[in-house]
Amino acid sequence: MATKKTVQLSHGGGGKEMNQLITEMFFKAFNNPILASQEDAAKLNMCGHIAFTTDSFTVSPLFFAGGDIGKLAIAGTVNDLAMMAAQPEYLSCSFIIEEGFALDDLNTIVSSMAEELHKSGARIVCGDTKVVPKGCADGLFINTSGVGRILNPNISAKHLQTDDAIIVSRDIGRHGAAILMARDGLTLESSLCSDCDTLWPIVEQLLAANIKIHAMRDATRGGISAVLNEWAVASNVGISVDETAMPVCDEVKGLCELFGFEPYDLANEGTFLLSVPKELAHGAIEVMQRYGHCEQAAIIGHVTKKQPGKVILNTPWASSRYLDLPQGELLPRIC
Amino acid sequence: MITLNDFYQGFRDPKTIGHLAALIREQAAQTTEQINIMEVCGGHTHTIMKYGVLQLLPDNIRFIHGPGCPVCVMPKERIDHAAVLASQDDVILVTLGDMIRVPGSMGSLAEFRSQGCDIRPIYDPLDTLNIARDNPDKTVIFFAIGFETSTPMTAALIAQAEAQNIPNLLFHINHVLVPPAIDAVMADSRAQVNAFIGPAHVSVISGAKIYQPAVDNYNTPVVVSGFEPVDLMESILRIVKQKVAGEAVLDNQYSRSVTYEGNLAAQQLVDTYFTVRDSFRWRGLGPIARSALTLKPEYQHRDAERIYVEVLPTTEIDDHKACQCGDILRGLANPKDCKVFGRGCTPQTPLGSCMVSSEGACNAYYRYGEVQNGN
Repeated sequence: MATKKTVQLSHGGGGKEMNQLITEMFFKAFNNPILASQEDAAKLNMCGHIAFTTDSFTVSPLFFAGGDIGKLAIAGTVNDLAMMAAQPEYLSCSFIIEEGFALDDLNTIVSSMAEELHKSGARIVCGDTKVVPKGCADGLFINTSGVGRILNPNISAKHLQTDDAIIVSRDIGRHGAAILMARDGLTLESSLCSDCDTLWPIVEQLLAANIKIHAMRDATRGGISAVLNEWAVASNVGISVDETAMPVCDEVKGLCELFGFEPYDLANEGTFLLSVPKELAHGAIEVMQRYGHCEQAAIIGHVTKKQPGKVILNTPWASSRYLDLPQGELLPRIC
Repeated sequence: MITLNDFYQGFRDPKTIGHLAALIREQAAQTTEQINIMEVCGGHTHTIMKYGVLQLLPDNIRFIHGPGCPVCVMPKERIDHAAVLASQDDVILVTLGDMIRVPGSMGSLAEFRSQGCDIRPIYDPLDTLNIARDNPDKTVIFFAIGFETSTPMTAALIAQAEAQNIPNLLFHINHVLVPPAIDAVMADSRAQVNAFIGPAHVSVISGAKIYQPAVDNYNTPVVVSGFEPVDLMESILRIVKQKVAGEAVLDNQYSRSVTYEGNLAAQQLVDTYFTVRDSFRWRGLGPIARSALTLKPEYQHRDAERIYVEVLPTTEIDDHKACQCGDILRGLANPKDCKVFGRGCTPQTPLGSCMVSSEGACNAYYRYGEVQNGN
């Protein structure tokens, strides 16, 4: 006999059960007048240049140290907007739920979404719920899309300039490492938790301080390697980074040693890179540290004319190598 | 409290590396001999490229990258075995990391997995026990690869399967041996190798003793080395010192983990379950006598190669004509000599396995490149 209350196919059937789930759980958590109006589409009042983004979340496990799929689904989309210097305003949210999913777990996830929304002030204004038969999804998938008004239209991956300083907002690789530890069942005791977080409050401070940002991007899948390589190609510049300057916590270093990974390739969910004129770099770091809790923000390298399209990593013993895009699945080494 | 950091930080100390580099240059200046060091193990190839070691060495020291990447030396027909086994009804194929990506003649295991085959990469072979226990109505096949390093883990898994009487766990054994590969490299009259860096983890198991014949037969220095940059630099220094002194002896730099005799308990465990095959075909090197292991006759009931003999392909499949993995594994070519390197052959579309495995020489060159000094 089932002892836990679970999601049934009828919860996605458009009838009474579905209405109950939507009003008692989703409306309660995401409460706002636009959502409550229950029209076929949300009516928005916006003007100027608008940023629009979408992301689907399929993380396994759904709950991990430092967050869950709900927190991720909000922070991820809000951060994509924030990286375009767009104030996150309105979000859509679709749930694809596997039949038999525990209602308690769904409630926990929805609550953490609501909590994460508070950090940026964004609101969920429309949504959709589908329930699929058991085996047709892995527990729960969430899609969120978002729009926001662009406050600084000049930030772009194409705008890196020679001699810019490259800044990272905090220590790298935490989310990827936390997920790997949870997924691969490595029975290691660790206090490691994901960096999953909403970045808008820090970005808002940087914009308010009038820091002239050339490029800004959160280092999600593919880690900082992916961002740096994308920038080098998009702006046709070389990027030179120093291993010694790279903030990496001991737990991530340890996991990388065990598996044969590099922290540069591991995903982050609340860590971003900035390219700013070098004379403004220390000012930017000061703002990030003072107002954004980015105690570990650091200059990790600079933009150069040499080797356009390439990222060069300098070792502490005066040799260097390319830092390439990560490829394929992250698989542990054999020996 | 000891932390993981303590085990490697000292071995990446910039001052020590700089000092060792100066000593190597000083010593190397005392000989006119071109020193061609083969690092047998792919782990060392990785260290050389990842840490930019080549940039620290004088011109008369060159590295020839050896055949010590277990994925790279697996011929296509063996990869096809894995794919065919995974395609059988009610089979779960379990294997280690990189194997998933290697292309066989019919595609990679990742492609077969996407078509619905149950293929599971694992980190710890003993996890296979749980998979077998949780799926009593399936046949779980452990596709075992690796050099002396990983063989004891397979042996431990067989021991547990026997002790716990788990009937649905079978093995496809592809364990290979380092010394016959060294002999195969040196048997080629074009071989230019005149010193060896001995593998780190292999030697922990087998002991430094397995390289004594190479020292005696080819009159070459062999220095067993750890994987960290300081280890490698110190080992290079020791080789250069031997060259300057006109010596050729077996030396063990990785003495914090390797003894002359090795891990006797592990060796005994391997001997319990495995015997040497008459011959095994290596990718790039061709058939090498007594170079790989197979299950002993008394464990045939767990041998997937025997049980599925009817469906496993036997035709030998050579690499793409343009692929120079063979010459690279023999130390006759550098990845950059290959015409398809980085063009027709990349990690996304590999023609040969040296490009696909993270321990492969081509992959290391592609990934880390050779950044020119001053750039």
